[in-house]
Amino acid sequence: MNRPITLMGRLQAAVWTDNPGLVQLLGLCPLLAVTTTFVNGLGLGIATLAVMTLSNLLVSATRRWIRDEIRIPMYVLIIASLVTCIELIFQAWFPALARSLGIFIPLIVTNCAIVARAEIFASRNPLAASLADGLAMGAGFALLLCALGAFRELIGHGSIMARLDMLFGGDPVGGLVLVDGGFLLAILPPGAFISLALFVAGKNALDHRRDQAGKAASARRFS
Amino acid sequence: MTEGSNSASGRPPIWSSGLILAVLAAVCTALVAITQRNTAPRIAANEQAYLEQSLQPVLAGLSYDGKLSESTLTIPPPHDLPGNEAVTIYRVFADNKAVAALFVVTARDGFSGPIKLLIGIAADGSITGVRVLEHRETPGLGDLIEASRSDWINQFARTSINFPARDQWTIKRDGGVFDQLTGASITPRAVVKAIKETLLYFEANSEQVFAVAEVEASGPEQ
Repeated sequence: MNRPITLMGRLQAAVWTDNPGLVQLLGLCPLLAVTTTFVNGLGLGIATLAVMTLSNLLVSATRRWIRDEIRIPMYVLIIASLVTCIELIFQAWFPALARSLGIFIPLIVTNCAIVARAEIFASRNPLAASLADGLAMGAGFALLLCALGAFRELIGHGSIMARLDMLFGGDPVGGLVLVDGGFLLAILPPGAFISLALFVAGKNALDHRRDQAGKAASARRFS
Repeated sequence: MTEGSNSASGRPPIWSSGLILAVLAAVCTALVAITQRNTAPRIAANEQAYLEQSLQPVLAGLSYDGKLSESTLTIPPPHDLPGNEAVTIYRVFADNKAVAALFVVTARDGFSGPIKLLIGIAADGSITGVRVLEHRETPGLGDLIEASRSDWINQFARTSINFPARDQWTIKRDGGVFDQLTGASITPRAVVKAIKETLLYFEANSEQVFAVAEVEASGPEQ
């Protein structure tokens, strides 16, 4: 890490160049399983963001005592306790969403994107940088969850942002219904893989085009 | 490898690693305990609200008091109710008088897998309502037993074990009085049979069902 670690720099890495889901392809189990609707994606995104930030903080705070031979049990202890707390908080304040996400809240424990941040970043960096990294990486993962959820909900149900009340309370929200019904495949498991593949392909295509444009520009400069 | 570790001066003793883990475990346990203590009342209230909400279709029109979840009764197998799992009964009381019993039973002979039913029976033996909680019946055919897909399930309201007569408690194809569903007769037959068995159980055991909570069962069946 030669350059200073800033929140903006971390955000840029997390959202685009080093996105945990889109580029590192970590945490695919929850990513693929819950993103049938936008609100599910957002809910799990927020939960993962909270766990990732807090676990980065705790791992960074305890990094003086982390030793190679016990680091994995330490990460597991920290992450598992945090996930349990988050699960209780969801059950208390967002019961409908907790029911809808079901087993995938406790399964955040197994999201390797979180252990990866603890191992790669938080155990070697000071508190502030780890906080920034946790927030950024969590946000990158949450954004992908939301985007994938919105995409699959649009194709599969023909609606956008239905049932936001599960997160924010109030009466059931129908969301913006564009088409009645929808293309069922999108909300089935194969649809999850196809959608993620489309997202990854789209990102690579954009990167490729930018590379080409960059090369063309530098070629012009030297000709 | 890790920053700040003192491994340069040789491997630290193993007991100190154990100590670190123990301290961390204590801190994490405390964290979870504090969270649990602060969320428990809300979680209990949410569960209660959810239970009442899901029981609402078969509670319609009844006046009741008390907390439904606190008046549950679990009947372990073997029993004469449909299914071979433990059956949960939510007993509904008003002013210490039995109002209704809500049975969660499983019909085992559906077309594809078990059908979980919620059956409400008033203290006088008439059905307050039936709802399908879980099933895997064929979409478009058997799934018409769901209240959200057709009103087939509503035909059971206000029936009882003697109305229609006992031998008529089956679907029309089998000589009974209940409608079948177009293209599906196994599913409705299973549901009707499960309801009939539950009614028979209630007729024979209504006193036990409402017993315990120092309430005298008012069962005017025969």
